[in-house]
Amino acid sequence: MIRDITIGQYYPARSILHRLDPRVKLVSTFLYLISLFIFQSISGYIIVTIFLGVVVSLSKVPLSYIMRGLKPILILLLVTICFNLFLTRTGSVLFSIGFVKITEGGLRSAVYMGIRLIYLIIGSSLMTFTTTPNELTDGIEKLFKPLQKIKVPVHEVAMIMAIALRFIPILLDETDKIMKAQIARGADLESGNLFQKAKAMIPILVPLFISAFRRATDLAMAMESRGYHGGEGRTKMKPLAYKKRDYYAYLIMLFYVVVIFVIGRYYPLRIWIF
Amino acid sequence: MSIIRAEEVSYEYEQIDENGEIAGTYKAIDHVNIEVEPGQFIAILGHNGSGKSTFAKHINALLLPSEGTVWVDQKDTKNPDTFWEVRKTAGMVFQNPDNQIIGTVVEEDVGFGPENLGVPTEEIWKRVEESLRSVGMLEYRNQSPNKLSGGQKQRVAIAGVVAMEPKCIVLDEPTAMLDPNGRKEVLEAVRDLQKRKNVTVILITHFMEEVIDADKVFVMDHGQVVMEGKPKEIFSQVDTLKHYRLDVPQVTLLAWELRKNGLDIPLGILREEELVEAICRLD
Repeated sequence: MIRDITIGQYYPARSILHRLDPRVKLVSTFLYLISLFIFQSISGYIIVTIFLGVVVSLSKVPLSYIMRGLKPILILLLVTICFNLFLTRTGSVLFSIGFVKITEGGLRSAVYMGIRLIYLIIGSSLMTFTTTPNELTDGIEKLFKPLQKIKVPVHEVAMIMAIALRFIPILLDETDKIMKAQIARGADLESGNLFQKAKAMIPILVPLFISAFRRATDLAMAMESRGYHGGEGRTKMKPLAYKKRDYYAYLIMLFYVVVIFVIGRYYPLRIWIF
Repeated sequence: MSIIRAEEVSYEYEQIDENGEIAGTYKAIDHVNIEVEPGQFIAILGHNGSGKSTFAKHINALLLPSEGTVWVDQKDTKNPDTFWEVRKTAGMVFQNPDNQIIGTVVEEDVGFGPENLGVPTEEIWKRVEESLRSVGMLEYRNQSPNKLSGGQKQRVAIAGVVAMEPKCIVLDEPTAMLDPNGRKEVLEAVRDLQKRKNVTVILITHFMEEVIDADKVFVMDHGQVVMEGKPKEIFSQVDTLKHYRLDVPQVTLLAWELRKNGLDIPLGILREEELVEAICRLD
């Protein structure tokens, strides 16, 4: 089950999205995330859906693979939807049993919130699917380079991120192994209340932390022995340089934002209560 | 001119007690003298805790000697000015393949070393391609290292070092975590490199089978070099090796036992064919 987590993983393929400059993808993802929250109408969602559909099909990442990334946030999604559904009390009552009341406003915000969350995850994981962590960190490093002037350790932060992403699958594997080892020795991870379950995690977390520290020492040594000494004097194997397609992508993104802003805001489509 | 020269090198680990004070010292290596000529294939053998890994880290300036001096390509590892040059001269491959791969794509990982050295971009690409080809991993260049087998990961790690174009590669138990197939893959890649590129190879291991082809073997025990010589010379002394808790290859052991029981078989047999021949020559 732990292997199902696909968020933050790279999906190797040869698509236009894979070849875009990571800075374009970062900025676009950011704009896209904002765009999800600036409107409140069906027409906006239709545009986002079309846009997302086109981008997903361009990315050549299979839809089922993307959907798998939603699994870990399922609970969060359900909780959010329930909260919105039951606790928002605006508009006329649609349905009620005892103290449970579902109102128009509640249903609306539950549906909107659900869609937004799903689209948010799909959109942002699409970025990590199509960008190798190295590219991603290169992109971040270059985007935030100006901050270096005010002594923000941009290169270091970017390197930390890259390493963290690289070690996610390794540590997940390790967690799996430790869990099995502890279960084999009779550790009970399944039963009990929440508190007991949390306590049962200790024999898993302790060895995991120890091994993570050991790996960190090893990796630091390996990096040093390969001549790593910070960002200074480093060259890039894949230096970032905007190409024509990147400018087009920016233009498309700009166009998308304008369209969604205008249509989502000023030309709302009303179907029933939405 | 030797590429690596260690003179009277000692290294002490400090043992720190619970209060953070130094409780004592432990000599991991003790007055070691080793000299390696360029282009040689050197093996350093030793049981766990013999200090062989500690010594390996001295060649790369990851550790600096408490006493004595290590020269790598005539440069003192203690000199801070030539520090990075030493690391450039002597590349290092470690035991755990997972903990030394930095990139999430094979080619990016191989490019990491040259990037650090400040090699121009086109040159990096050339080096990456060439070094991946030299270990037979070129077709995996766009893959994630997580999907590779242990032997393949270790070959990628070797490629990462080769791409830095070192004169010398130190492999610190590179096969310890691999299955027999992976072990074979890695060793073949290493031998090939040594022969074709004339890179000096220093292989640290406790697998006897891996050192048969070495030009010279050093045996370490308790931080000291206790034996040195050609594999044939070393393996003729089965008793001494056993004393240092090292296993000799099965063929050698068989030959030795046969000889002990009165058969006329020469000492230091390393390969099956040699033994077969020797037995056939008996009447």
